Amino acid sequence: MIIKRNAADMAVALASGETSSVALTQAHLDRIAEVDKDVHAFLYVDSEGALAQAALADKKRAAGEKLSPLAGIPLALKDVMVQKGIPTTCGSKMLEGWRPPYDSTVVSKLRAADVVILGKTNMDEFAMGSSTENSAYGPTHNPWDLSRIPGGSGGGSSASLAAFEAPLAIGTDTGGSIRQPAAVTGTVGVKPTYGGVSRYGLVAFSSSLDQAGPCARTVLDAALLHEVIAGHDPKDSTSINAPVPAIVSAAKSGNVKGLKIGVIKELQGEGYQAGVLNRFNESLELLAGLGAEIVEVSCPYFEYALAAYYLIAPSECSSNLARFDAMRYGIRVGDASGVSAEEVMNLTREVGFGREVKRRIILGTYALSSGYYDAYYGSAQKVRTLIKQDFDKAFLKSDVLVSPTAPTTAFKIGEKADDPIAMYLNDIATIPVNMAGICGMSLPSGLADEDNLPAGFQIMAPAMKDDRLYNVGAALEAALLSKWGAPILSHVSGLGAHA
Amino acid sequence: MAGISRDDVANLARLARIDMAPAELDHLASELGVILNAVARVQEVAGQNVPPTSHPLPLQNVYRKDEVAPSLTPEAALSAAPASEAQRFKVPKILGEEA
Repeated sequence: MIIKRNAADMAVALASGETSSVALTQAHLDRIAEVDKDVHAFLYVDSEGALAQAALADKKRAAGEKLSPLAGIPLALKDVMVQKGIPTTCGSKMLEGWRPPYDSTVVSKLRAADVVILGKTNMDEFAMGSSTENSAYGPTHNPWDLSRIPGGSGGGSSASLAAFEAPLAIGTDTGGSIRQPAAVTGTVGVKPTYGGVSRYGLVAFSSSLDQAGPCARTVLDAALLHEVIAGHDPKDSTSINAPVPAIVSAAKSGNVKGLKIGVIKELQGEGYQAGVLNRFNESLELLAGLGAEIVEVSCPYFEYALAAYYLIAPSECSSNLARFDAMRYGIRVGDASGVSAEEVMNLTREVGFGREVKRRIILGTYALSSGYYDAYYGSAQKVRTLIKQDFDKAFLKSDVLVSPTAPTTAFKIGEKADDPIAMYLNDIATIPVNMAGICGMSLPSGLADEDNLPAGFQIMAPAMKDDRLYNVGAALEAALLSKWGAPILSHVSGLGAHA
Repeated sequence: MAGISRDDVANLARLARIDMAPAELDHLASELGVILNAVARVQEVAGQNVPPTSHPLPLQNVYRKDEVAPSLTPEAALSAAPASEAQRFKVPKILGEEA
């Protein structure tokens, strides 16, 4: 089945004429029609638009035009990224029915590379959550076990990959929303260096932490997609004006001989599932066997990262989400003669926002309010400095740092829905990367002993050294594949006869 | 650390322009108390001598050239407005009758 191949192999099939982009796109649309009623990875499927893009890619190929490596390959787009004329909800009632009048830079770059956009994927409302249960349109189900979460906030993107509904997806990562979903679905996800991929047209949650990045089934596929979407953008003032690191060649090299790999002491032990740690330690042994030097490093301030994150992200969110004021776009509630604009705003925001979004807006409003600002937001900003310093010191002793991506495998839908703190702990190992603005990758390290569900291995590298993620990731991926004999996703078990 | 009262939450909801129902205020007051206790830990290590970090990049403000570039037409900009009139966003009244 062609849909089970990797994007790089699909590209070979297109280049050789074995298949066309229209046929490949149709195969994915058929797959979505077959399994998405169970998975619910997509909020909107743009069959017509996707087939038109595919036909255009085929036409360019037939005319002998020079094409990008991913030309004609289908992709799933997280619903937080705007695409002109296509419904964009961010998983919120607030934006129900909104069709953006412009393309995000990521979408413009995908179009320029002739990548085929299949549709928009489900997510926690405004990217706030770790399970995709906070979507106003219902949860996404993990293809490994439909009663479990696919991670979040980008659970639609990760589930679409594991269910073979798309070979590539775009995610966004504010505290782990690309990497944790990748970990719990047995897929690969990369949070690029902050500023590495344009945020223009990415609906803002926490502007100093948000970063879009690639999701895929292999390290090389992620690198190919990363290269398409990365680069300086004059429309994003926080975009880094420097060449994109050589990520694709790094993903093709995968040589860790002599590399120093630092294991972060604080990101293991208590709170981490035994099976997740077993797979993590096996991966370390494989890397050591390939010639890497494993060293232990300490990042003592990481234990404060979660607390600082849940002040900084809500503070920025309370400010960013003020734009949903019922005046220029989105829903408007209670507009009747004699009702003031302020009352309409109050009514609209009460109806339009879900529970977690309101919780964070109120928390952020508190943290930024006069009299509490220094104690909360101000202190969190100082912790951010301490975390950056921990990373700086650790990178003096190692080329990359590693940890398990998430402390556990996928939990049951509903299990943590009423316990915000338990939910927040999912991101304990991914948040420090966002706080420091560096880059991180999650790739599958195997199935946990307890539950036969995927566990994730996280690699972290300094800012603008994204190529190191791909180099180490490719080496580990190859070693694991030769150990397993087949890709981890060949064991996806939740789709019954559709597997 | 002091808890957070229902009145505190009502005031925050007013500042954040969210018209919360009484039951929602009660629920949030108890939840926020728990969350604030957890996040207040940042104060343990936020000493006077630690500089704050607001952003991962040491950026100065970035300006673009003052040149006309393609932009949305008025029709496109207004296309998603809940209400519009004469190429403008139409909003509910913002001032009282007396003003």
